Formats: sequence, structure tokens, C-alpha cells
Amino acid sequence: MDALTEDKNQGLVERFFIFWDRIGILLVFIVVCVVFGILNPVFFNPLNIINVIRQVSIIGVMAVGMTLVILLGLIDLSVGSIVAFAGIIAAGFQVKWGGNFFLSLIIPLLVAAGIGYFNGYVSTKGGIHPFIVTLGSMSIFRGATLLIAQGKPISGMSPAFRFIGAGMIGPIPFPVILFLGCVIVFGIILKRTVFGRYIYAIGGNQEAALLSGIMVDRVKILTYTILGTLSGLSALILTSRLNSGELVAGQGYELDVIASVVIGGTSMMGGEGGVYGTLIGALLIGVISNGLNLLGVQPYWQMMVKGTIIILAVLMDRMKRRFRTV
Amino acid sequence: MNNPIKDEDWILRFDKVTKRFPGVLALDNVSFDVLRGEVHALVGENGAGKSTLIKIVTGVYQKTSGAVFFQGQSIHYQNPHEALRSGIAAIYQELNLIPALTVAENIFMGHHIRNQRGFIDWKKMKEEAQKLIDFLEVDVDIDAKVGTLGVAKKQVVEIAKALSLNAQILIMDEPTAALAKKEIETLFRIIQFLKSKGVTIIYISHHLDEIFAISDRVTVLRDGKHVATSNTATLTIDDLIKMMVGRKLVEQFPHLDHKVEDEVLRVENLNRKGVLHNINFSLKKGQIVGIAGMVGSGRTELLRAIYGLDPLDGGKIFVKGNKVTIQSPHDAINLGIALLPEERKTQGLVLLLSVTDNIGLPSLTKISNRGFIDDTKLNHITSEMVQMMNIKTPFFHQKTMFLSGGNQQKVVLGKWFARECDIYLFDEPTRGIDVGAKIEIYHLMNKLIERGAAILMVSSELPEILGMSDHILVMKEGKITGTLTRQNANQEEVLKLAIGGGRLNGRSD
Repeated sequence: MDALTEDKNQGLVERFFIFWDRIGILLVFIVVCVVFGILNPVFFNPLNIINVIRQVSIIGVMAVGMTLVILLGLIDLSVGSIVAFAGIIAAGFQVKWGGNFFLSLIIPLLVAAGIGYFNGYVSTKGGIHPFIVTLGSMSIFRGATLLIAQGKPISGMSPAFRFIGAGMIGPIPFPVILFLGCVIVFGIILKRTVFGRYIYAIGGNQEAALLSGIMVDRVKILTYTILGTLSGLSALILTSRLNSGELVAGQGYELDVIASVVIGGTSMMGGEGGVYGTLIGALLIGVISNGLNLLGVQPYWQMMVKGTIIILAVLMDRMKRRFRTV
Repeated sequence: MNNPIKDEDWILRFDKVTKRFPGVLALDNVSFDVLRGEVHALVGENGAGKSTLIKIVTGVYQKTSGAVFFQGQSIHYQNPHEALRSGIAAIYQELNLIPALTVAENIFMGHHIRNQRGFIDWKKMKEEAQKLIDFLEVDVDIDAKVGTLGVAKKQVVEIAKALSLNAQILIMDEPTAALAKKEIETLFRIIQFLKSKGVTIIYISHHLDEIFAISDRVTVLRDGKHVATSNTATLTIDDLIKMMVGRKLVEQFPHLDHKVEDEVLRVENLNRKGVLHNINFSLKKGQIVGIAGMVGSGRTELLRAIYGLDPLDGGKIFVKGNKVTIQSPHDAINLGIALLPEERKTQGLVLLLSVTDNIGLPSLTKISNRGFIDDTKLNHITSEMVQMMNIKTPFFHQKTMFLSGGNQQKVVLGKWFARECDIYLFDEPTRGIDVGAKIEIYHLMNKLIERGAAILMVSSELPEILGMSDHILVMKEGKITGTLTRQNANQEEVLKLAIGGGRLNGRSD
């Protein structure tokens, strides 16, 4: 019967998607790099490469946390506002409120963690979709940033604080080390710890996870808290690099952060993906901006290219799922 | 059935209809006729094939072989929409209405009346909707949002919807499940009325008294096979039960008599509003207690309540003599209680995860050190379980979505075996699994008992309940209507307690 031939075709298509699942995005990344390298040899200049990674590290640190949230099948739109709010607090402690170095690190991180906790707590215990809760937070903390700063950026950080965003360890920028450190740490957490496996279980099938005795709400709240904290870390990097707590800092970051995760192959439905994909996703976005810049393409085009890639990435994910359902 | 049925009398004919699912023969050469304008009841135990048959008629499933004729023509609908268009409508237990829209709009959903310009003609649509409601002689406001209506009125809306499409055949699957007595009377009046207008009704119900009250003829299915089609008036309830149950209780149940020891679970006056009423029972170490009853009798809800999934309105639970409060599955597991849920795909497994991950899931905290999983231990547990359960998987890291149903169920068993609990709550442990795998699962249940556990098992398959249980609790409408011992239980007795209309002598103690 025709069922047999159908099976064969399905096998081919399925194999393609399994292949895609494993290394598809990496392949795209390599091809894009090679093309840019051929069009403009400056692209492969080590300085340029390091520059690209440094540029993506602020988004990348957040994208690592966002990967965990999206693996749970959830979302957080407030990361950009957290960056602004934690950034202005860091700047405040640097410039206005006594200039204590440690407080200017610890307080912003704690505040950012608190906002993450708030997002997680309200969405789980209040039964509100996280899209709405974090949309609310996005507005609340953008407003709070303006309030604290009284409409003016706060500038002039200490040299020690400047190191976070602008310092180098050997030839490598410190933010890059923070970013890659986050990727490795959370890569290990996802793979090797109970918490990591719980994230995949909840994202894959929340009910089965609950019935297996996992305290689902607790895992979700912790995950939002982690994303909040990492957004705080990004805030420190950004504020340090700009040497200023800016009012519009982090605006629109949520888009790039979510895009990095999705392009990296983590499914918006949850349960599948990981931080290594996100690393590639973030780098791909950075490389495209950088490469188009080098070629002198208008930034407007860059936005359009980025949007197109996001849609294609999600489309691949949908197709993958469709062909897998037996 | 002495007068021969003429060819033109039938409206729907099943001719050697067979439906095979992977590993299961759901329908096996089923042949019978449904006559024009009759109320034709379809009965059988859970899993006898009633739903499958209906789904084939309405195009939800495609038959493997055989033919279905509707008004003389062979039909093979690809989806329920096609069936509806041709005049076959089905009303399921979960009604297919959109709560936020009005009655009128729901009736014409999918075939809105339009004016020449293509816009919806609200006036005409409301008029037509009112006509249909008037025709049915019921009191339903066509402008009301469907979400504000009770189940009975929603059903009326579904019926009106079917009539708006000129349905020749109306299939009703357990229509009275959620209705009060008064509402059932109204429904029956509507059925009689439709019948007088020439509409053919296929009526599925577990409530045998209803079958006798409303149907002209009845078809009995058992294990996917056609048993009989007879005039209802010539039968008694006992005849019907006998036909449903059959006479073959094969020795496929490896029941072992174990030394019954201390009580591990006791439930006192458990109540959950509208779901469970004064449930009392106890479970001892070394025992398998079966819970029988029809779908919707509160069996699954009882397990869920014990497992901390649904809140209780009253009652006490004792584990090993201590009164306990269980507010989540997490609490339950810490007390040594495990639940193997009804739906393995949606509740038992994370299909995206591997065999290893699924088996390890409830045990991870036990085999980890400061949050880090001990992979050696995890692999050890997995290989032990894969061997013990005889799970057929190419490698441990295979995603469970690629395993067969029986193997998936064994993974679910494995994950709870590995967790080493004292009390196992099984909900439909062998649903949809082929006979071979079933027997393996029974042996594994025995192994659990040998290990010192106790099992509470809900099953819709009576032979399984009778074959494996030491004690049987029969539930109906959220109450325990009888407790039988292995020695004095038989299928008729259990069915009577489970269905037990007023005219059956349901014995309860």
C-alpha cells in the first residue's frame, strides 16, 4: 500500500530534521561566517572576532537565563527593563550613594533577582500567564528607572567598576569571560543537576512532572529568579561599559535575548534545547550585525534580516515537531 | 425479530468493519444494520469498541477494512465535518460548543447564514435559531452566551446545531452522564420527538435502565466483536449484562495469595463535593485492592485525592497508622505513595525525554549529591529497570516518544519501581496494551507485592479486576456501593453494583 512509500519519504524528511536538530544552526553559523569572511577579509581579523563576542555578551548572559525560562515553556519580557533598573541602581551606588564598590555590585544583583522572583511568584501562584506578568514588570521597572534617575542619566564610574564591562584578561575582554562562564555553568547545571533535569521534565510535560513529585512552582520561581539575576549581571556589564546608568538602557533587549534562544534551537513550547544552542544563536545575531556593518549595509536591513531569521528558526522547530508526531 | 428486514429499511449498515491500532484489534469484523427512524442503543464494557465504531462513522478514524453504508452508499469520511455535512452528527460527552458565543451563533457555527454581500445575516440567523429551538419545544434563550447555560441546555444547543444541518442520524455518546433526572426526562422527550420526525438516533450509554427506557433495538459489542443485535423489548437486564460480559475468563491473571500483613493505608469518610462521598476503606501490605466502576464513577478522582492532586472537603487519610495531610504529589511520594496515572502519554511520561530520564525522574533527589546527579547510579537503576521490566528500547537514551505503548507503560512502571514506594495507586494499568504486555505487567505487580508493597488498582477491565484483586471496591456516582472479596466476586455482581439502577438489587455493605 501507499503507506509504505509514505514511510520511506517520512524517513528521509525525519532524518533531515534529526540532522538539523543536532548541527543545523551551527552549520548556518559557519556558512554565514565564511560568506562574510570572503566578502570582507577584515571579518576574520582576531580583533574583530573578539569584538563581536564582546558585543553579544550582554545579550548572551541574559539569553542563558532566558534559555531556562523558555525550556520551561515560559517567557519573560521584562529583562530589558531589569537591565535599566539594576543599571541605574548600580550607577547610583557608584556615583551618588557613597560609592561603595561592593554595594554597587551586590544591591543591583539582589534587586534584579527580586524582580525575577516577583515575576515567577506572581505568574505561578497567581495563575497569570507570564507574558502578562512580565509585560507589567517591563513597564513598572522602566518607570521606576526614570523615577530614580529623575530623568537624567547617572555617569562617572570608578575604575574598578569600569573593569566589569571594559576590562581585559590577557587578550580577552572580561564580559566575554562572564558570558562564556555563564554558558558553561548553566550547561553543566542543565545536564548534570536535579534542578536542570526538572526544567526539562516540566517543559516537556508539566503534568507528568507534577505527578512525579516535582514541586513545579518552586522550580519555575527559581528559574525566573536566575534570569533576573543574570539580567542584573548584564546591567553591571552595560553600565560599566557605557560608564553611565542610562534611562533607555536595555530597551528592546528582550527581542534579541528571546531571538538568541529561539535561533539556538530551544523550543518555545518547552522541553527541548539548551544553552550551547543559545551561544550559537547569540553569536549568529552578533555576526550578522557585524558582517553587514563591515559591508556598509544600512542598519534598517539588519533589523529585517534578524526578524526573518527568527521566523525561519521557529518554522524549522514547528516542522521538526510535525514530522515527529507519529 | 421474526419479520425480515427489508433492504430499504436500513439507513446505516456496518459490513465486516475492522479497525486495527498498533498492537490492538479495536474492531473485529463488526456487521449490523441501523434502521431508519429507530433509537438504536450501543452497549458494551469500556473498551468494547463502541467509541471506535462511532469515530469511524463520523470520520475521526479510518477503518482498516470492511465497509460502512449510509443510505445505500459506501462512506469514508475524512473528518467529522464531512460526516456532518452528509447528515451524520455526533454529540460527545465533552460538548463542542464555544462558551463565549451566543446560542444562535453556536447553532450556526461553521455554516453562518450570509446575505448576498457575504456578511453574516444576524437577523435571519436568529430567526432560524429560534425556529429550531421552538421546534424542540425547549426553553433556551438564543441570545444567551452558551457558557452561561447548564449541561442540559448545552446539549439542546448541540441537538439544534445538528438539526440545522438536517442530520439524518444523531449519535449520542453518554448524553445523560452529567444530567439530573428531570433533565434526562426532557432529553428522552426530545429523542422521542426526533424519532417521530424520522431522525435515527444511535444511543450509547452505560446506564442499562436508560437503554430499556428509550431504545427500540440494541447492539452489544464485546472485545471489538459484534455479539448481538436484538429488539430491546425481548431482553432483560440480566441478558444484556451476560452478553456484555461473555463467558470467557481466561487464566491470564497470575494472581498470587500473599500473606496479608499490617494496614498501610486507611481512608475515613473521604469527601469531595460532587465527586466523592464518604469513602471508607483500608489497604494492607501484600494486598491488591481493585476499584471497579463505570467511567465517571469517581475512581480516578479517589486516587487523585489520595495523591494530593485535588483538595479534599473532608475526611482523614492514615498511612501506616499515622494521620497524614497530603497537599501535593510531592507530599504523597515522601509518604511512600506512588500514582501510575491513567494517561501514560499525557501524565505518565515526558515523551521528549529519554528512558533514563523518565525512569530516574522521581528518584533524582535520592541519587544526587548536593544537587548533582550521580550518573553511575542513574545508569545502574535504568539498566536494572530495563532488564526487570523487559523494556524494548534500542538504547537507554532513546526518547520515550518512540517506544510502543506497552514499553511506554513499562517505563512508567519502572520509574515507580525504582522509587521503591509502599503504596502503589494504579489507574488503568493496562489500558490500550496488547495481551502479552498485560501479562508482563501483572507479573510486575506481583513483584511489587512480594517486595512488601500494597496496590490499589482502578481498572475498567472487569476480568483484570477479578483476576488480580484480593478485594474489590465497586464505585458508583462517587460512592462505594459494595465491597466484594475475591471469593464471592463475579462479573455480574460487580456490574450490578456499578450500574445498579433502582431495579437491580445492588447489595452494599
